[in-house]
Amino acid sequence: MSGTAFLEAIIDGILTGGVYALMAAGLTLIFGVMDIINIAQGIMVILGAYLSLELSVHFGIGLLPGLLITVPLMFCLGVAIEFFFMRRLHDEDRTKMSILVTYAVAIVIEGILTATFGVNYQQLSASYVNSSVYVFGFYLPDIYLIGFGMAIALLVGLYYMLYRTKFGRAVRASLQNRTAADLIGIDVNRVRTISVGIGVGVTAIAGVFFGATNAFNPNSGYDLISRLLAIVILGGMGSIAGAMGAAVFILVINDVVAAWWSPTWAPIVYFVALVVVLSIRPQGLFGRAAVRTQ
Amino acid sequence: MRVLHRQKFSRALLASGTLAVVATFAWAGHSSSASAHAAAKAASASPITIGVSLSLSGDFSADGQAYQKGYELWATDQNKAGGLLGHPIKLDVISDASNPAQVVTNYEKLIGSNRDQLVFAPFSTLLTIPAARVAARFGYAMVGGSDGGPTVFSAGLKNVFDVSIPVKNNLVTFAQWIASMPKSKRPKTAAYVTVNDPFTQPQLPVAQAILKKAGVKTVLNKVFPAEATDYSAIAGQVAGAKPDVVILGSVDVPTVSAFVHVFIQQHYNPKAFIATSGPDQGQQFINAVGAGNENGIFVPNGWYPGFRKADSQKMVKQYVAKYGGTPSGVNADVAEAYSVGQVLTQAVEATHGFNQQKIIKYLKSGVTLNSVQGPVKFNNLGENLAQKTLTFQWQGGKLDQVIPTNSPGSVKPLYPKPGWK
Repeated sequence: MSGTAFLEAIIDGILTGGVYALMAAGLTLIFGVMDIINIAQGIMVILGAYLSLELSVHFGIGLLPGLLITVPLMFCLGVAIEFFFMRRLHDEDRTKMSILVTYAVAIVIEGILTATFGVNYQQLSASYVNSSVYVFGFYLPDIYLIGFGMAIALLVGLYYMLYRTKFGRAVRASLQNRTAADLIGIDVNRVRTISVGIGVGVTAIAGVFFGATNAFNPNSGYDLISRLLAIVILGGMGSIAGAMGAAVFILVINDVVAAWWSPTWAPIVYFVALVVVLSIRPQGLFGRAAVRTQ
Repeated sequence: MRVLHRQKFSRALLASGTLAVVATFAWAGHSSSASAHAAAKAASASPITIGVSLSLSGDFSADGQAYQKGYELWATDQNKAGGLLGHPIKLDVISDASNPAQVVTNYEKLIGSNRDQLVFAPFSTLLTIPAARVAARFGYAMVGGSDGGPTVFSAGLKNVFDVSIPVKNNLVTFAQWIASMPKSKRPKTAAYVTVNDPFTQPQLPVAQAILKKAGVKTVLNKVFPAEATDYSAIAGQVAGAKPDVVILGSVDVPTVSAFVHVFIQQHYNPKAFIATSGPDQGQQFINAVGAGNENGIFVPNGWYPGFRKADSQKMVKQYVAKYGGTPSGVNADVAEAYSVGQVLTQAVEATHGFNQQKIIKYLKSGVTLNSVQGPVKFNNLGENLAQKTLTFQWQGGKLDQVIPTNSPGSVKPLYPKPGWK
């Protein structure tokens, strides 16, 4: 493999990693706050893509301005899911049961999307989906550059919210000790509901970038979930910065192995890398304990 | 005299025309009443149930649902014509979620538990092999339309048939067309990238051998996993190698669409670009790649909506009437499924019953059967060797038959491929 191809694979991995970090951000946030593994994350990305498609096709609203509508809509969906499904889970078996409950949620959302849109493939379009900028001999796709920028902005925003605001302190307090948080006057249920709302809301942003770079139908979410879980586990479950780091790490490994050796071996190599990293640091790149006490 | 002669001639023409019209109406009336009679007779008889496991969700859901429409269309038409040997047809469809393990359970249920009298194959080579093993255990014939991968025919199964063209040779006509170009015009380099799927992977080495012999140098040859969710690295590598021809082994729209978008982003436009599946999916392919970007992309197949065959054209009209859309939006899966129904109908009628062994024997007898995709004649392995592979190309928003260039209905291929929109 030439040096140019190697460099190209690294750049590609970093930029694509940004889009995956966007998709994983909601998943890690919800786990961090509620110990809930949201198996429905993949289908929520697809739901976000369909909402953007509808706004774009029927109302002529661009993909990025459309986020002003889709993010609040998805936030409301997250609030409803927390209220009707997640709140009912008992603390002692919440993580285990959440897999079943969110899988059921995924099936319901998939069914509604299939009934509404059918199974034909769609893809989001905008002027910046196919354009690119030429930098030092490489064409960098605008859509990935925007996605990477959004990922950084979003992750900084979430980090700021969690660690520099009163709400963030309430979130972390209710995580560390629910009873103590209750005693000092924090409305734990409200904190959790809003956190899940935010986690699902940001997935709308991921939906735009996934839908603009991939053709999708209501079944496309399943292919995503294994990779998103790998990212979240590697980054440290609950760690926002870890999601970004792990997404870039996994995608760079994937793309370099695909270019240098074989695309068939790429997923095998990154899963091996995942096992190796976790055997050395079981808490992931950014451990959860550290995340909660920051 | 000439005037009188002309008047007589006109009168005679009028009279014969009137007679023809009356006769046509009478025949049509008779035909329609015969058909109505047959349908009424069929409705009163006990139904015959045909079981099929289809991928209504999962990776093959778009194809699975198109297949369901094709089967339903066939069953409706056949019921209007009197059903199967006077029995109304009832389809017993269950979903396998594109899962090879689920397909086994489904056929156990369809044959062993539901006692369906006939079965159709599921979608894809991948799912047909485990399904056909179950059917073989019960002695059932398994006729399908998308199970033409070589692994199906080398699995030692005696009960499996594919009404479509064996996929191994899908790219042969395209490769031969490239090889037949004058040396000055002929592409010099080619890239071969394919998903590791039993339907598509075996097609590429055959094309590569032909092109290599014609002096077309291989600059990239890669296989990627079916579970891939991100194609930018491999598509970027193809763009970086800048081959004159790209041969992509794909099984769906998203794969081809991802390659198209990366090629555009990388300002790379091959002289010829063919994908084994995806561009045959009509309007949804255009939606994915963006209108205009489909122009010049090739796809091998045995059928397209403009196929000049009476029963095919009738089926397309009925499809549009029943499901809406336009003729160019009817994808090849529908025709494949419809053909499966047609072939099984002819076997049942010829053997005067539903005896599976008689049906298998008849299908292997060397008889030539009819389908909307063209003639069907099975060899001993169950491959249909009666049809020629055709190559189609998107031209001006329409999928046109282009290769073989001397085949009836072919239009001139666009070469080199026009630029991206």
